[in-house]
Amino acid sequence: MSPAQPGAERRRRTSWARFAYLRPQEPVPRRVYLGTVTGSAVGLVALWCLLSYGGVVEPLFLPSPTAILAAGLDLARDGTLVQDMRASLAVIVSGWALAAVLAVPIGILMGSFKVVEALVEPVVDFVRYLPVSAMIPLLILYVGIGTAEKVAVIFIGTFFQLVLLVADVAAHVPHEQLDVSYTLGASRAQVVGRVLLPATLPGVMDTLRITMGWAWTYLIVAEIVSADRGLGYLILNSMRGLFTDRIFVGLVVIGGLGLVFDLTFKWLHRRLLPWSPKA
Amino acid sequence: MAEPKLRIREATVAFRTRRGGEVVAIDRLSLDVADCQIVSIVGPSGCGKSTLLRLVAGLVRPSSGEIWLDGHQVTDPGADRGMVFQSYTLFPWLTVQGNVEFGPRLRGVPESERRAAARRYIQMVGLTGFEHAYPKELSGGMMQRVAIARALANDPEVLLMDEPFGALDAQTRAFMGELLLDIWQKSPKTILFVTHDIDEALFLGDRVYVMTARPGRFRAEVSLSLPRPRTLEATTSEEFVGAKRRVLAMIREETAAIMGSARTAGGDDAPAGADSGPRASRAPRIDSAGGDDAPGAAAGS
Repeated sequence: MSPAQPGAERRRRTSWARFAYLRPQEPVPRRVYLGTVTGSAVGLVALWCLLSYGGVVEPLFLPSPTAILAAGLDLARDGTLVQDMRASLAVIVSGWALAAVLAVPIGILMGSFKVVEALVEPVVDFVRYLPVSAMIPLLILYVGIGTAEKVAVIFIGTFFQLVLLVADVAAHVPHEQLDVSYTLGASRAQVVGRVLLPATLPGVMDTLRITMGWAWTYLIVAEIVSADRGLGYLILNSMRGLFTDRIFVGLVVIGGLGLVFDLTFKWLHRRLLPWSPKA
Repeated sequence: MAEPKLRIREATVAFRTRRGGEVVAIDRLSLDVADCQIVSIVGPSGCGKSTLLRLVAGLVRPSSGEIWLDGHQVTDPGADRGMVFQSYTLFPWLTVQGNVEFGPRLRGVPESERRAAARRYIQMVGLTGFEHAYPKELSGGMMQRVAIARALANDPEVLLMDEPFGALDAQTRAFMGELLLDIWQKSPKTILFVTHDIDEALFLGDRVYVMTARPGRFRAEVSLSLPRPRTLEATTSEEFVGAKRRVLAMIREETAAIMGSARTAGGDDAPAGADSGPRASRAPRIDSAGGDDAPGAAAGS
């Protein structure tokens, strides 16, 4: 554009001014938002259809939607999909629940009492930077390649992070909320039991939801390294046979389960803690 | 004055800083408060007003000196000294009713009794109908009203208020001041009220103390003979305006003292010789602003 065209410049500016929502952090009209969301989703599927049905990409790399659906139905019919899902869910829920049961009290103590922090922090801060995947060989050596090893991977992966996140939640309970309890006649034990603990609930709930998401990552890592069932195993085994459609079935199921867990946690939060500002 | 309700004797509070230094927040401060009196305390920010309240609450221990309430020495926090903070300290997981009942419940007051008491105090602060609301559903002014009701439900001997209306807008603030006086008329309490709002201090207090910049001492006592019950019209009277002018001048000097010392400490942005003026006024003394006898705080000098 040549600089000596003030008329063109002005025209351009007025045409942009109509789209006020393109300014940073500006709200967007609902219609435009929904339209964009739908367009994005439909566009993605359309692109997928074009690439697969149109034969642009080989089915080996990108199977068509119908192929994936058929593979999914196949796996569901012969029972392997349910078996794999069940195996993965059992591992993930038990490893994560075990971590939660231990980490939440330790974290609350660590965030509230400096003594506990001094006791726990050196260990936790060291272990938390060890990638769980680096521990897998050691765990296989200790407990073998069965379910226990995968539960251990998820436990280690979530426990130390949970401790630190929960400690942070407890440390951020407003100090004045504790002070006011003392002036209302609460003893130390009552301040902990009746004020500190309930005050941490929304944060703990959020932390549990977030670490559940991470647990899925660790599960798949553990199952790809060594397993004879589970969704990670399904993906790895399908790759060996070049069943790309089955790999995609595994991915879709993992994504779907993750979404279900996330929504369940959010629902529980609203249900159990209706007073929480986040509910 | 008969045996005072609350007596602070030569209290000093010093904090250790992380670098091993020492900050004196309150320096040999003395104060007597008679039963059912309202004493306001104003001062520049950082002068130790809040520390003074925390000291009486028992949340902070004096480095030296004593605090006596009804002839008993204060060492720990207790339900006989209720406190209302500037920040919103309601328990979000309890309803309005649950918050107000919190203290009585700790003491094991039977349910029907504490329920009735809670209802009475909720009505007193004008929140009938909101018993089952959670704090997140209330405005800032409403939350502070619940906090006052919660403190009163314990029937404390002294009510300590640490800038309780500081986070509210001007209109709500004026309303809250009137509401507090209204409650006080109905059931008188000894109140220690800390604020940086001079109007509020003069309007509420039987006596107003002006604090010096750190270390915190009382610089002057201003007594107002405004009749009670007071309405906001009292704030336009000649006596009120005159007192306000005197307090304002003192706070300005104290603030200048802080700014001056901060500038000399900071160094780089201090214009040459800027520190000499405010520094000169830092000598401990008591202005006879109110015409009353010098308060016990004079002991500091």
